[in-house]
Amino acid sequence: MHNLTIAQMIRELRRKSFSSVELTEHFLQRIERLDSQYNSFVSITRDQALAQARAADARLAADNAPALCGIPLAHKDIFCTNGVRTSCGSKMLDNFVPPYDATIVENYLRDGVVMLGKTNMDEFAMGSSNETSYYGPVRNPWALNCVPGGSSGGSAASVAARIAPAATASDTGGSIRQPASLCGITGIKPTYGRVSRWGMIAFASSLDQAGLMTRTAEDAALLLNTMASFDGKDSTCVDEPIPDYTANLNQPISGLKIGLPKEYFGEGLNEGTARAVEEAVKTFEKLGATIHSVSLPHSHIAVPAYYVIAPAECSANLSRFDGVRYGYRCENPQNLEDLYKRSRSEGFGEEVKRRIMVGCYALSAGFYDAYYAKAQKARRLIQQDFVDAFKQVDVIMGPTSPSPAFEFGSKGKDPVAMYLEDIYTIATNLAGLPGMSIPCGLVDNKPVGLQIIGNYFAEAKMLNVAHQFQQNTQFHELAPAGIQ
Amino acid sequence: MDRSEIEKLAHLARLEIRPDALDEVASRISNVLALVDQLQALDTAHVEPMAHPLDAVQRLRADAVTEPNCRDAYLAIAPATENGLYLVPKVID
Repeated sequence: MHNLTIAQMIRELRRKSFSSVELTEHFLQRIERLDSQYNSFVSITRDQALAQARAADARLAADNAPALCGIPLAHKDIFCTNGVRTSCGSKMLDNFVPPYDATIVENYLRDGVVMLGKTNMDEFAMGSSNETSYYGPVRNPWALNCVPGGSSGGSAASVAARIAPAATASDTGGSIRQPASLCGITGIKPTYGRVSRWGMIAFASSLDQAGLMTRTAEDAALLLNTMASFDGKDSTCVDEPIPDYTANLNQPISGLKIGLPKEYFGEGLNEGTARAVEEAVKTFEKLGATIHSVSLPHSHIAVPAYYVIAPAECSANLSRFDGVRYGYRCENPQNLEDLYKRSRSEGFGEEVKRRIMVGCYALSAGFYDAYYAKAQKARRLIQQDFVDAFKQVDVIMGPTSPSPAFEFGSKGKDPVAMYLEDIYTIATNLAGLPGMSIPCGLVDNKPVGLQIIGNYFAEAKMLNVAHQFQQNTQFHELAPAGIQ
Repeated sequence: MDRSEIEKLAHLARLEIRPDALDEVASRISNVLALVDQLQALDTAHVEPMAHPLDAVQRLRADAVTEPNCRDAYLAIAPATENGLYLVPKVID
């Protein structure tokens, strides 16, 4: 059952080949039996899942059930789930039980989706390896001594190990696309403002976006139909019509113009990765696409600009964690300042504290113009590069990550070494564009991801392009050797 | 960044850094600042800062109450409360 795609599960549920309860129980048992190898879950919601599955079966029997009714799904532990601990991978929220559901969680509940549990992640979504979680690192199912990527490492690993059919995730600088690439699965980050951020614990508010980890583009399209909504409670949500993302999956892509940014194929790119991506591009040519070289001349300042903007916004967003209203509180605070300082210092991990301080620096008196305002200007230049490129091409492609999954601890003590993992993904967040990663090969038996960047609100086109690739290749069907 | 700058920054962020960790924190933050200093070489004269990827502006709505009173649900998850209030250590000496 765990080798079926969601599209297949939907058909089989309606054919009564199995019930949602049987499907859910199957995945719960896999998680309980296998997840100790990966550590991809922080919380498993067994009783709730089975109750939801029973309700789903009743709706399916009544024959008016939404498409996703009865389908099991894991949620990244960054989405507030009413009555279910939401930790954000941090000691600060280890005891936090939200009194409400995030909008995306509500959307899925309304459509009868079954929640398996909450997946592990880098603390407060800050990381590219899932090594900073309070709950321990997640291990890549393709190579247990390697990282799954981050920050959505748990979501990616659970889908790659086939202990969850799909998982929600979030992407601020690449946190969906990079783990999808390292774990050999499909990941999508929609256009900024496409999906509500209400109830998604904020890291960098102008960059954060919720998205999905699945095994196929078709499954991502099915899930995006429910995930996307205009939400009045999120002021950054855009009121753009939501198409049926599955409607044009089978459109032929002959005549599609693909842009390859020359800046994404230079120094620092692993040779095996480059070859796999080049082969993927040839596949698109065989399908009738034309390939064009484009330039994104400000690519080199994407990482510097991001590491001003993201920490600055995170320092503001994380100032709410003060030991007063929820979350971790230190013992015996002597006064208010002691309460704040010790609760925060004891509750946050090192990377989070580092980014908060960098952010404070960038926003502080005397430095705001030189850092934050400057980075926001750089951001406009980066966006303009994409706007210009999209005048010539329909989609942009390149590698998702500079190399396949790396070993734990191999990035050393310099935080910048880890930051460069996101070198191809970060600009997309700065520009607010939608992006995907789909598997396109293996290097030393570790997956390589192809990144597809679309124009604003062009998720349907990206999914169509990805689906056509998956109809003509088998990379998305590969499973790690150890999978039972 | 030197130790005293890190101490000031930690205070701004309401964080406490152990004295024996100050040097390492200073060194790692300096690495990040070296990365972002690359921005200084960029010519941004006549470029407008971009706060929102789609240059959106704040939507306004009617000034009408739409939220129910959830005080009890919020207080239930707080570390220390009394009479509908959050408790913190004494502020005024």
